[in-house]
Amino acid sequence: MHAVQMKGIVKRFADLVANDHVDFDLEKGEIHALLGENGAGKTTLMRILYGLYHADEGQIQINGSPVVIHSPRDAIKLGIGMVTQHFTLVPTLTVAENMVLGETGSFTINLKEVEKKVAEASKRFGVPVNPHALIRHLSVGERQRVEILKALYHDAQILILDEPTAVLVPQEVEVLFEALLRLQKDGLSVVFISHHLNEVMQICNRVTVLRDGKLTGTVNIAETNLKDLANMMVGRENFGVTRQGQREQGKVELRIEKINAVDKKGLQALKDVSLEVRQGEILGLAGVSGNGQTELSAVLCGTQKITSGKVFAGDVDLSSAETSDVCAAGIGRIPEDRHANMVGELSVAENLILDQMDNFKKNGILDQQKIQKNAEELIKTFNIKANANDRVRTLSGGNMQKVMLARTLSQNPRIVIASQPTRGLDVGATDYVRSTLLEQRDRGAAVLLLSEDLEEIMALSDRIAVIYGGKIMGVLPAQEATAEKLGLMMAGSAA
Amino acid sequence: MTKYRIERAPAPGWMRILIPLLAIPVTFLLTSVIILLDGANPFTAYYHFLVSPLAGRVSAIEVFVKSTPLLLTGAAVAFAFKGGYWNIGAEGQLYAGAIAATFVGTVLLDVPPIIGIPAMIIGGFAGGLLWALPSAILKVKLGVDEVVTTLLMNSIVLNVTSFLLNGPWRNPVSMWPQSPEISAGTVFPQLIPRSRLHFGIIIAVIVILIIWFVISRTSFGLKMRAIGLSKEGARFAGIKVNKTMLIVALVSGGIAGLAGAGEVAGIHFHLIDAISDGLGYSGITIATLGGLHPLGVGISALFIGLIDTGAQTVSRVLGVPVYLGDVVQSTLLLVTLSLFVLQNFRIRRVN
Repeated sequence: MHAVQMKGIVKRFADLVANDHVDFDLEKGEIHALLGENGAGKTTLMRILYGLYHADEGQIQINGSPVVIHSPRDAIKLGIGMVTQHFTLVPTLTVAENMVLGETGSFTINLKEVEKKVAEASKRFGVPVNPHALIRHLSVGERQRVEILKALYHDAQILILDEPTAVLVPQEVEVLFEALLRLQKDGLSVVFISHHLNEVMQICNRVTVLRDGKLTGTVNIAETNLKDLANMMVGRENFGVTRQGQREQGKVELRIEKINAVDKKGLQALKDVSLEVRQGEILGLAGVSGNGQTELSAVLCGTQKITSGKVFAGDVDLSSAETSDVCAAGIGRIPEDRHANMVGELSVAENLILDQMDNFKKNGILDQQKIQKNAEELIKTFNIKANANDRVRTLSGGNMQKVMLARTLSQNPRIVIASQPTRGLDVGATDYVRSTLLEQRDRGAAVLLLSEDLEEIMALSDRIAVIYGGKIMGVLPAQEATAEKLGLMMAGSAA
Repeated sequence: MTKYRIERAPAPGWMRILIPLLAIPVTFLLTSVIILLDGANPFTAYYHFLVSPLAGRVSAIEVFVKSTPLLLTGAAVAFAFKGGYWNIGAEGQLYAGAIAATFVGTVLLDVPPIIGIPAMIIGGFAGGLLWALPSAILKVKLGVDEVVTTLLMNSIVLNVTSFLLNGPWRNPVSMWPQSPEISAGTVFPQLIPRSRLHFGIIIAVIVILIIWFVISRTSFGLKMRAIGLSKEGARFAGIKVNKTMLIVALVSGGIAGLAGAGEVAGIHFHLIDAISDGLGYSGITIATLGGLHPLGVGISALFIGLIDTGAQTVSRVLGVPVYLGDVVQSTLLLVTLSLFVLQNFRIRRVN
């Protein structure tokens, strides 16, 4: 008996097909993994099931009967619960109050009664929570338990967990898994969205793999292994731009020595990370998202502080550098979030000089003609489809990225930090960005490429490092790196 | 059936320029309800608001007198807002500038104007700057919201003024709560004989020209604009956000302080409790109405000065409260802000 059956689901966002005729089924009482890289369409599919999105095509059946789900309210009525990465709890209310939020059922609220019911539910489902506790006093793991209990409290038979382990420390992961296995025995069906292969192997019965919005396949965990799953997840055709041959390597330009850093929540995000990037090479850093890449990039861009360790650009110590020091040291930065790191309301010309104003002023007064000329030249060189006086906000993602590249690379940096440089770009812009990075390498710059796109890493890098859980799992020369090897390392196995 | 849908679609460029102008008729439409409730004819009221102050020579000059401090507070607020620092404390900084100028004016006896006037300018600027300093430091070092702290500093300076006027500075002759007169060499010269129009308006115009130049032509201006539009983007580009914001905050305070110095040295010649009745707050209206552009600030300061002058005529002629001027001003601010938001939307008919 299928708890959920989704057939031929199609979901488009403008030109992007997020789900392309995806079939998915969930049996009663199983833990079913939904596996795939970022942007593979896992979350979209489950958001459709929970009524947050509406499918453009396809049918959904719950317990064998066809249904139409308009909103989360419909989904909850059908016994579906979803716990997202962003919790929907009110921090200043207690656990019990959050449980009945929007579902009080009457005008008045008997808090004692609710607390008693919540305590009972907590015992019955084996999900320990304290009904009196204020949410803001709880750890992330405890909050997640509250979310899960909230779904069960509203009689969920089907529980969707969207990357539940992404926000947890290892001990909390163990607690979560124990609870899930217990609930499974009681007949709960679970969809477990993840891109961590080890976790999937550990607690799931079956796994459905998505890639680029399409279904790759559904297999029993008992009949598969890490290698096959890694292949199903990342295997892809090659792209247009690839690296040309092997080159003589120069001296070490960027040296990272045992750095540690924490993420926004205060959890350890980088653990003793050491890397060296040489002149005239691209060092690719592969890894599934959320394994420390964002923090490493922020540290190297000077927007985040390290708790210990050293960073050197040549002989310059950048261990406690501000962004202005990083610019001065000749580090060119192509950041992960280009929208946040440019000033959208300023013009293309102004953004192009924002980090090198000293070259465009005389006695503090800006040389408008020089700024304009600089913009026009770079627009031509980098093939940016915009005018010098257009506000950057009005540009397409690809052109915005070209502005960022133009600003960074026109200063001939000796080190280039490129973080997800082609994310969200179309094929043409992607090829352009990649060939530009290769030009920088051939010019003799030391390039560190952080990307979640394994194919991109393999196509461009001279050496490939893999990061997992904030640690460097190993560094391989490009010739020795296969998708299979890297996939395993990205899933947490040592090289 | 025809339906209407609200869509997000920015207005074209020419419409954006017209919007502050459009705010004026909308405001008068709204406030006419209140004027009618007060038993007066709105058209007569608007005539006295907008036209009659300019009809006579004396009242026309008075418009410029009223606009002098408004030009400066408007410039102060616009400069701060442009740099992403929400200075709500121009009122307090104006008072601090007035106190400092009074101090300078009563200490420097028997100085020639060539020394006295620059001393008053420096004193006023320094007073406003010092009063802006605590909020600016709290913002830069600890991230304390400057909207709250600059506003609270306003209440503090009012009590400091009251203390000075009822304590050490109480006029020894009249025993009124007003300070001794400033010395002759520190008085701003009159520009037109037998009027109150004084040198302060020249200072105001120069300040507006300077901040226009700084904002649009210098690298410091580009830095502060970048910060005002996106702190994160500016920081990423290696701009020292905190340092720049600190300077912006202090200069803004200094400019507001100049307004206070002008009121002391050009109008009253001593410090009184009511040296400003909300000139600093009007600066927020003026800065917003002027689209934070220095030249826009100049025009809107003159416009608010006109309404302020007109309010007195309206009150005298039609027997309505003088506070009507404040109502018009406040409504104008709300309408302008609403229009700035609404210009990003359009209503479309769908079938």
